[in-house]
Amino acid sequence: MAQILSPLPGTFYRSASPDQPPFKADGDDVAVGDVIGLIEVMKSFHEVKSDVAGKNVQFVTDNEEPVMAGAVLADLS
Amino acid sequence: MIRKLLVANRGEIAVRIIRAARDLGIATVAVHSEADRDSLHVQLADEAVNIGPPAAKKSYLSVSAILKAASDTGADAVHPGYGFLAENADFADAVVADGLTWVGPSGAAIRLMGDKVSARIAADKAGVPVVPGSMGRVASIIEARDILKETGFPVMIKAAAGGGGRGIRIANDQTEFEAAFPQAAAEALAAFGDGGLYMEKVIGQARHIEVQILGDGARAIHCYERECSLQRRRQKVWEEAPSMALSPALRAELCASAVRLAEAVNYSGAGTIEYLYDDAADRFYFIEMNTRIQVEHPVTEMITGIDLVAAMLRIAGGEALWIKQQDVQIRGHAIEVRLNAEDPAKGFAPFPGTISDLRLPGGPGVRFDSMLYAGYTVPPFYDSLLAKLIVHADSREAAITRLTRALSETRIEGCKTTKPLFLALAADASVRAGAFHTRWLEGWLDANSDRLSPDT
Repeated sequence: MAQILSPLPGTFYRSASPDQPPFKADGDDVAVGDVIGLIEVMKSFHEVKSDVAGKNVQFVTDNEEPVMAGAVLADLS
Repeated sequence: MIRKLLVANRGEIAVRIIRAARDLGIATVAVHSEADRDSLHVQLADEAVNIGPPAAKKSYLSVSAILKAASDTGADAVHPGYGFLAENADFADAVVADGLTWVGPSGAAIRLMGDKVSARIAADKAGVPVVPGSMGRVASIIEARDILKETGFPVMIKAAAGGGGRGIRIANDQTEFEAAFPQAAAEALAAFGDGGLYMEKVIGQARHIEVQILGDGARAIHCYERECSLQRRRQKVWEEAPSMALSPALRAELCASAVRLAEAVNYSGAGTIEYLYDDAADRFYFIEMNTRIQVEHPVTEMITGIDLVAAMLRIAGGEALWIKQQDVQIRGHAIEVRLNAEDPAKGFAPFPGTISDLRLPGGPGVRFDSMLYAGYTVPPFYDSLLAKLIVHADSREAAITRLTRALSETRIEGCKTTKPLFLALAADASVRAGAFHTRWLEGWLDANSDRLSPDT
């Protein structure tokens, strides 16, 4: 089982803006390089790109939740 | 008289406000998010209240949590600082409705000056030059052609419902204008559901110059101007007082216009009136008013000797303005630089971290406004400002030399900071000559990125 980790500390967002659908829904497949969310660090936004591929993504960090660098954002099977 | 002040902010400005309150014998209440438990403002205040989770909208932007903290601690006044709720008229009204003293202008004044169109009309009525253009929505292309006589070319056509740079077109001559105006109206209708347009003259190269004012609701004074043209992405990074670009006559005219506007809106507290100054045409134009204390207020304090934050507290406490205009004098020159947790060698990427070592600058004419201490972990949830280094000297040249000296004494380990940027700027011939405008720094950064690594 692979995991997607947060590269930065900050606030995790699952979509580009509140009125947009999430980048990935639970159950989606993920390819290397897919954007799976954003991390807001000191008012600037950074895309989180997966460096692993897998199926059936399950997010363990909620939208708008604070995270530390290295925290698990999602599991892949 | 204020007895117990709640500081509705965090970071260096919360520390600054607590210091001013304690200088006046006022007790202080800090509020903080869960991420700011260990912050300096919490340690310095007499009392501290946890108002919620790290996300600002659940803590520092929560009106109900802040008002509850005030009620629970028996605070009788609220200072909003800058950012967060500082220019939120509804918050100002809610504080007053709870029977507390609001340290700032009334909700009505915040609303009036916070709306671009009503502020522009108020400035024009007070005889303050505004950027030539429409005084609100342009009804038709016939009216638009009339406005062109005042603006000339190039002219900016802006969607009334736009913002943040969206819905803007620039026409360089009549032919372009005749094509662009109907297109802009159609586009604005499609994009924003509102086809309303404004027009404004395009000011090419200009300086950002702003005037500090203090008012008591009846009378206002100015505390001269600040020059804030060194900006990156519209964020000021280096501010000075006074401006090196103004003649004494123009300075007097500029500052008098700011006082007229402040008195016209019965302004109470500290405020800043921002202008564009076109060097080539030797003309200034009102752009907006900030109805709060500003980040760069210390440069004004250094040249005038007035404690602006203490003045805000005394005015809010009911004192009539005790300073006469003729007693406000410029002494020497001051410069402030913003030390942000950003890596200038990597496109100013944010760089939160734990402060492993801290050496502060000192000596004559040096002030360091900050919330840092050794061992402090800078949280990633808020803005990147770590410290403001302010220097004061007899002349601008001596102030720049002193800035270099103070920067070289400063060590902030554990985070990357913008210190290398300021060392490079202080050594730059254009900066030393004061020859820059609001878009100068971005071009300089493109050309000098190799000078921004900490090891040079």
